Amino acid sequence: MEGAWEIAFVLFQVWLSIVVGLIVLPAMFGVSLGFTDIYIRVLVKTLEWATLRIQRGQKEQPTLPSQSANGIIEKDDGSMEEEIGELRRSHPKNLVGGDFTMCDAFYFCKKGIENIVEDQVTQRFTSEELASWNLLTRTNNNFRYISVRLTIIWGLGVFIRYCILLPLRITLAVIGLSWLVIGTTIVGLLPSSNAKNWLSDLVHITCYRICARGLSATIRYHNKENRPKKGGICVANHTSPIDIVILANDGCYAMVGQVHGGLMGVIQRSMVLSCPHVWFERSEMKDRHAVAKRLKDHIADKTKLPILIFPEGTCINNTSVMMFKKGSFEIGRTIYPVAIKYDPQFGDAFWNSAKYNIVSYLLRMMTSWAIVCNVWYLPPMTRQDGEDAVQFANRVKSAIAHQGGLVDLSWDGGLKREKVKESLKEEQQKMYSSMIVAICACGDGSLIKKA
Amino acid sequence: MGSTSSTLLKIPNVEVLMQETGFSPAHMIRLHDRFKALDKEGRGHLCPQDFGAIKELAMNPIGDRIIGAFFCPGKETVDFHTFVKILAHFRPVDKNRPKEPNSPEPINSRSNKLRFAFQLYDQDKDGKISRDELLKVLQAMLGMQVTEEQLESIADRTIQEADLDRDDAISFEEFRKSLEKVNIDHKMSIRFLR
Repeated sequence: MEGAWEIAFVLFQVWLSIVVGLIVLPAMFGVSLGFTDIYIRVLVKTLEWATLRIQRGQKEQPTLPSQSANGIIEKDDGSMEEEIGELRRSHPKNLVGGDFTMCDAFYFCKKGIENIVEDQVTQRFTSEELASWNLLTRTNNNFRYISVRLTIIWGLGVFIRYCILLPLRITLAVIGLSWLVIGTTIVGLLPSSNAKNWLSDLVHITCYRICARGLSATIRYHNKENRPKKGGICVANHTSPIDIVILANDGCYAMVGQVHGGLMGVIQRSMVLSCPHVWFERSEMKDRHAVAKRLKDHIADKTKLPILIFPEGTCINNTSVMMFKKGSFEIGRTIYPVAIKYDPQFGDAFWNSAKYNIVSYLLRMMTSWAIVCNVWYLPPMTRQDGEDAVQFANRVKSAIAHQGGLVDLSWDGGLKREKVKESLKEEQQKMYSSMIVAICACGDGSLIKKA
Repeated sequence: MGSTSSTLLKIPNVEVLMQETGFSPAHMIRLHDRFKALDKEGRGHLCPQDFGAIKELAMNPIGDRIIGAFFCPGKETVDFHTFVKILAHFRPVDKNRPKEPNSPEPINSRSNKLRFAFQLYDQDKDGKISRDELLKVLQAMLGMQVTEEQLESIADRTIQEADLDRDDAISFEEFRKSLEKVNIDHKMSIRFLR
């Protein structure tokens, strides 16, 4: 019995020193030993082979066309006015000004049925569908048994992911987070000085680098010259909590968020020791002015790190960008937009908080193949004169959507949890009423005047 | 039909359904996927709240009526059969379909499309759109934007124009007649991209 424990302990020590020596230390110095690159390349080749096999298998049986990104039904692009106008033109009666006809309801009816068959919002809160299977059971929708070889490769994949990669990744995550807590606490003991700031940045970046290795993350940064500067506000689209790790691998940011309890709270408290982050109590969050003031004070101080904000307010599935809440765009003039796009082939990074809690989400992340993503730093944007916060927010949102190849939607991400506001229905009613009740002075004098 | 895809077979009575509605296998599968996506709890049927969760539908002024069209009177749930049959009304008209003398009218005929729209107005299903029913629809589509008076004016006018037998209500025939020049196939059809 004793012997078995000793052997286990020795093995564990060997394992740990390998991990530290080959992964943690190079990560901290930003050096890549190339393991991840080789891994990704092998993975790409394997997935390509798997795709071909599946396609060949499907040719032997009649196939059905796959989902197209443009949707499944043809939508008329006309506005309400155009559509209803067309309906009315074919009416036998000669219409003057704008009158109600019973065929007006057809427009709303058709739109309603179109939305029942396919709508723009619901699909954004579930994971993106893949064009071809990536050998993960979780994405297996319509793919069935094709060949023995494919099943063997899949089985091998399961073994590699769960028995080799998962323990490795958990070890790295634990090391990374412990290092963050310990390192920031130690740095916090130093008096304020340039050296302290430099050390704090070092601790943060090395920790995030270790965590990134813990996810087998391959990140490509574009346009590094546009990286957010101190005293600025960095704004990005939100897909998952991992976004923070992705961005913080290439720069230091001041995080903004709510104070949590438990492990998260410990991490938050120690991070604040070494450099200022903005953590809000739950009660403070309700007071918009207090929140705005704290953020304003932070960015006014040019020695503080740029703050990182996700204006969507919730996780979206990385196929679109939803409404940016205007609060972040009222506190400062210069915004540094960043677009993040994950490659879903290697692992779906979207956190569906309705379906999974944070722990099961992280486990899913750690049992995916890898996280591969592109980060684009966009040139800083400033609010123009005469532009209000909402217009500015929309402008930034379009820029991010355009760069990341995402669909630009104006729906509120909060709709994930809430019902549609009555005001949206009222807008539709208003638009329609302007087509009926027209100010019209006509011959027979019996027409309706606008109130 | 040659396709024996296993997904298609998961749908009960799918051959009969395709025969009745005229949807192709590919469209059936899309609609089935959509049905499953709307049925978040996986119960196998939809209830009004599942439809209400579609955000764009919730802001449609007559959204409630459209949802109501799916539910038979007294029933609280919609199964896939009924779902597809209602949506079949919006299939584009088959121009090349041979007219068999004894076959029932296809669900997506011009007449049936008009009947679907008629029932959006005629909620008590008595075959006539009364003045009250018309007022209710106008109320839904215009909301607070117009006054009671204006609504009544519009309703009176509409009935006056369409009501040929002067019974102060619009029957289906009168409805059909007043809309005979409207391109129903275009305006009440949904085309699948593939």
